[in-house]
Amino acid sequence: MVEEIQKREEVDRSPLHGLWTLTNRELKKWYKAPVILLLSIIQPIFWIALFGKAMNLQTLFSGTNLSIPGLNIPKDIIDKIGQEILKQTFGITDYFSYLAAGMLSFITLFTSMQSGMSMVWDRRLGVLDRLLTTPISRSNIIISKVLSSVIRSLVQATIVLIVAVLLGMSFYPGINIFDFLGAYAALFLMSFGLSSLFLMVAIRASSWESQMAVMNLLNLPLLFTSNAFYPVNSMPSWLKPIAEINPLTYSNAIIRGMLLGIQTNITIDFIYLAVFATVLSIVGIILSWKYISS
Amino acid sequence: MSEAIKAINLTKAFGKFVAVDHINFEVKEGEIFGFLGPNGAGKSTTIKMLTTVLKPTEGTAIVNGYDIIKEPTKVRNSIGVVPQEFTADEDLTGWENIMLMAGLYGIKKDVAKERAKELLDMVELTQAMNRKVQTYSGGMRRRLEMAMSLISRPKILFLDEPTLGLDAQTRSAIWDYIMKLKKEYGMTIFVTTHYLEEADLYADRIAIIDHGKILAIGSPKELKESVGGDVITLSTSNDDKAMKLLQNLDGIIDIKKVDNMLRIKVKDGEEMAPKILERLIKSGVKVLKMSITEPTMDEVYMEYTGRKMRDEEADSKEVFALRRTLRRARG
Repeated sequence: MVEEIQKREEVDRSPLHGLWTLTNRELKKWYKAPVILLLSIIQPIFWIALFGKAMNLQTLFSGTNLSIPGLNIPKDIIDKIGQEILKQTFGITDYFSYLAAGMLSFITLFTSMQSGMSMVWDRRLGVLDRLLTTPISRSNIIISKVLSSVIRSLVQATIVLIVAVLLGMSFYPGINIFDFLGAYAALFLMSFGLSSLFLMVAIRASSWESQMAVMNLLNLPLLFTSNAFYPVNSMPSWLKPIAEINPLTYSNAIIRGMLLGIQTNITIDFIYLAVFATVLSIVGIILSWKYISS
Repeated sequence: MSEAIKAINLTKAFGKFVAVDHINFEVKEGEIFGFLGPNGAGKSTTIKMLTTVLKPTEGTAIVNGYDIIKEPTKVRNSIGVVPQEFTADEDLTGWENIMLMAGLYGIKKDVAKERAKELLDMVELTQAMNRKVQTYSGGMRRRLEMAMSLISRPKILFLDEPTLGLDAQTRSAIWDYIMKLKKEYGMTIFVTTHYLEEADLYADRIAIIDHGKILAIGSPKELKESVGGDVITLSTSNDDKAMKLLQNLDGIIDIKKVDNMLRIKVKDGEEMAPKILERLIKSGVKVLKMSITEPTMDEVYMEYTGRKMRDEEADSKEVFALRRTLRRARG
């Protein structure tokens, strides 16, 4: 009896115990290896710095020395027309900021996709077997991986945001802290859903090659069927329905609404992302209960 | 003494392949129970079921009084497991790895720190505790794995091939620690191995498993006795004639020709040897070589499985895991 009481004091048996321990384990591997961190943010930075700066539609449509033979149109009118075209297409004349906002979702997508890899390695190295013999609940093993993936994604997105601002991204005038919180909430929901999705894919896998193949199969299609580079309105009709179920489209819309002031139906966007994150994480946790061990 | 582990018709099938086939055994509290068998015999699968990693296809087991299917969390709370692979995180220090385990068992920080110090001291890793695990030798790693499994003060410790890939000296050192655990904490220890000498030397009781079935259970002494008496090995000028001559000699249990030698099983080797010699010499058969051996675990193993300890037949995944473990053990 005395032993029992002593034990109770020494041990925490809440359902969430061990969750932070495991999450921190994942994060430690990442922040203790800054090279990997650096490598993983280089890609989106290249996109912003090279693609974003070179394919800057704003310079295409303004400040040009365009003159049409036979027509004597004043330069400021041509500029004005250019601006209006930009505004109508993208909702903003500053294409670089438009693209940079899309890049935040892009880096979140890429980082969240890697959530499954740690599962594959833990299984392969036998770490998972050891975890399964400890009293930590099965769902906490999954949730810790989702959480660490979400935290990583948000940190990477922040770094990309800072780089984008340094390169000339500008927010809408009158931006406040709630706009940033809103944008991060969108990234959080998307990352939560995507991390759960890719963990589900990895739950029974023991080969990292197949996991990589799935990632490579899905990353670019997910990116290009969203509004990361161009608005849904300018897409061909067959692509529109795909873009409209792509979670990236919604998180991009929210981020652009919050940070750039581009008009969107923020309630619907948030509801969609919340449902996406909830459904996938619940399905992920249920599957993990069933399939994490055979 | 009551039972620490009781397996009841425990079975695991992977598709059509039955890895563990309706096994029944009991492990007494406070004993070292050796699970002996070749690679792929079903040892690891059994350990994985007993430690709740795998769900049995049929049957169940009672571990520390809890059913592994109905009360897995209670089982997990009362056991420690040292898996076959090195599972410590290489990027973390020995200390961090132990504290990580403490967190998984929900042990309060201050309690965990105290225990971790004691455990690191026991496995003689105090000096190396702030070094990253990737700098550890194979023996150090195995010791760390043991310390990690003991942080929750388990009543039963499961060790899956704890000496695999280690040199002879390190192997005996690991066994010294295991013996210490039994002596000092009265811990029940379930250990799998495919080293016959180790099982013979250190286990209180042994179960021989092959192709998913338990072939024999008993103390090393009982098992050796069950095989029968001593073995006299003879090489003669005319083996066939010698065999005929000896067949009806009193005291001979069995006689076989193995590798150009006569393998004669007798009750008492020292008593029988002169009698055998006498009969052969009288009939003009020259004896070239002769040896008397007491039964070893090898004999026991051969008797029950019908062959020598085999080392092949591991599937590719197992070989991969084994190689990796060996590589790390050496590095």
